[in-house]
Amino acid sequence: MKTKFRNSERELKPATTFRPNVDPNVVAGVSPRSQFRHAIDRLAEILISGVAFFTIAVIFLIFVYVGKEALPLVWGTSDGATIASPFTGPFTWQPVSTVPKYNVFPLILGTLKVTLIAMLLGTPLALAAALYTAEFAPGRIREWIKPAIELLAGIPSVVLGSFALLVLASWVQDAFGIVYRLNALTAGIALALAIIPIIYTISEDALTAVPRLYREASLALGASKAQTAVRVVFPSAIPGIAAAIILGFGRAIGETMIVLMVSGNSAILSLDPALPVRTLSATIAAEMAEVVVGSGHYRILFFIGTLLFLITAVLNWVGDRFNRRLRERLFGSS
Amino acid sequence: MRKFVDRTFVVLSLAATVIILAILFVIIGNIAYHGTERLSWEFITAAPESGMTAGGIFPAIYGTVLLVLLMSLAAVPFGVLVAIYFAEYARPESRLYRWTRMAVNNLAGVPSIVFGLFGLGFFVQSIGKAIDRAAYSGRLVYAQPSILWAAMTMAVLTLPVVIITVEETLRAVPRDYREASLALGATKLQTIFRVVLPQAWSGVMTGAILAISRGAGEVAPVLFTGAAYFLPRLPSHPADQFMHLGYHIWVLTTQSTNVEATKPLLYSTVFVLVVLTFLLNITAILIRNRMRKWAVR
Repeated sequence: MKTKFRNSERELKPATTFRPNVDPNVVAGVSPRSQFRHAIDRLAEILISGVAFFTIAVIFLIFVYVGKEALPLVWGTSDGATIASPFTGPFTWQPVSTVPKYNVFPLILGTLKVTLIAMLLGTPLALAAALYTAEFAPGRIREWIKPAIELLAGIPSVVLGSFALLVLASWVQDAFGIVYRLNALTAGIALALAIIPIIYTISEDALTAVPRLYREASLALGASKAQTAVRVVFPSAIPGIAAAIILGFGRAIGETMIVLMVSGNSAILSLDPALPVRTLSATIAAEMAEVVVGSGHYRILFFIGTLLFLITAVLNWVGDRFNRRLRERLFGSS
Repeated sequence: MRKFVDRTFVVLSLAATVIILAILFVIIGNIAYHGTERLSWEFITAAPESGMTAGGIFPAIYGTVLLVLLMSLAAVPFGVLVAIYFAEYARPESRLYRWTRMAVNNLAGVPSIVFGLFGLGFFVQSIGKAIDRAAYSGRLVYAQPSILWAAMTMAVLTLPVVIITVEETLRAVPRDYREASLALGATKLQTIFRVVLPQAWSGVMTGAILAISRGAGEVAPVLFTGAAYFLPRLPSHPADQFMHLGYHIWVLTTQSTNVEATKPLLYSTVFVLVVLTFLLNITAILIRNRMRKWAVR
């Protein structure tokens, strides 16, 4: 009566080992044993679904527990920080002084400045490389390019950061004659290294997902290979390309170690890429270790964390929507 | 003219690819060249000395290995179960599926520094405090940064990696296997754990390896959940702090009092971390490529 697989029986044996799953004593209906097995089965499904549900709980917990530490700002902390302090007062971030100044605009501007430089440098390179891999590269070479660029994604950001600090910073300083060794431009270039593999992988996937029929129809109509790639394949994959750029942007905003190491970390309100900058993420990383738990400064840092979480959550959601639209567009369903 | 335009497009996109690969080559070459100068057996097996200007990095290697092991213990079983839900149980139109899918995608995009804050706020300040109150009558044991909380934080961060990799492999297992098993009277649970999962073993391995490689390299999540500048003793208790390779690199680059003296040490440490993560990543890529070929067959 037992239907039990032992490991050695994993390759399903032919019908000789088949035993009907019915108790011969029971003429009609389901045997108690079978009922029991199905109850176990049902229980397992509920448990596994429960574990899956837990991932939703985790996202929720992240928001709640990061937000919770910032919450006292709503009614104000004992040392005078409130929810308004990041947005009021002079445009200065000076949390450790007799009158602490928590204005986050220099940090936001710094984050945008570095991110923008990284996107401007990284996006064209990554997209062009994805187009080459998906459309022009001969089969064997293509099998090598993808894993190689994935290796770039595998380099820890602290390693990219130290490379930028030890080598890249001097190159950039000499090439552009910049006064400060650590500046927004260097940080942006280093950050581009981190987001190129992301934009590349997602957009390459989108381009390869375009059905072959599209290409063949275009070629049959007399278009060249480049015309097909640029005017047919690329536009068809546009939602996926958009997703790649948005998700790359989200990564760039949240990236911490690279900017912490090579941006110079001065909260200056300026658009000049040659000046040092300080980003939102680097501020948390640099100051959290030395802050008094429960102080206004501590709360403000958690507030910045909440802000980062919300920004990247929105970007992720939008990126996801675009990816789904790509699949709907190409295959008619998601 | 048309041929010229065609050529230009191909050459430009090729140039972009070459630039990216060249950057990769320069980074790895630079690190390999300078990183091997001071590298020795002693460097890997000794502790840092004289204010991190001499000695080795053994405690950092030890701490990193311990961290990723603890992390895997939490992330792999959990991730495999979620993957089983996605690949075997979920109905695509169900609300639970849509929300869990969104949660996993979202989790993959949360900045690593936010995980660090979460670890501090949730594990250290809440769970740790609760444990201390319940088991140690308020004495400070778990309510402070430690290797256990750093590992848990890292487990949450690497969870999507495990889920996505394992799910992909589960989906590659041919349907016939499931149908044959079910036709023989096995329940769904038996089918999943005795037929499907053993076939997807390589995916579980790949997921674990990718998670470990990520966990060994990420620094931001352990900044305030347990990593220490320097410890005279190796961690021996879950509530101990630990030294971490990535964190050690950051310490060497930014907190050093004597830049020229630490530079060779820094390069060697970076080299060790890069070799470690590359070996893990290449193994994962190789397993995955073999797995894909198998799936096509």
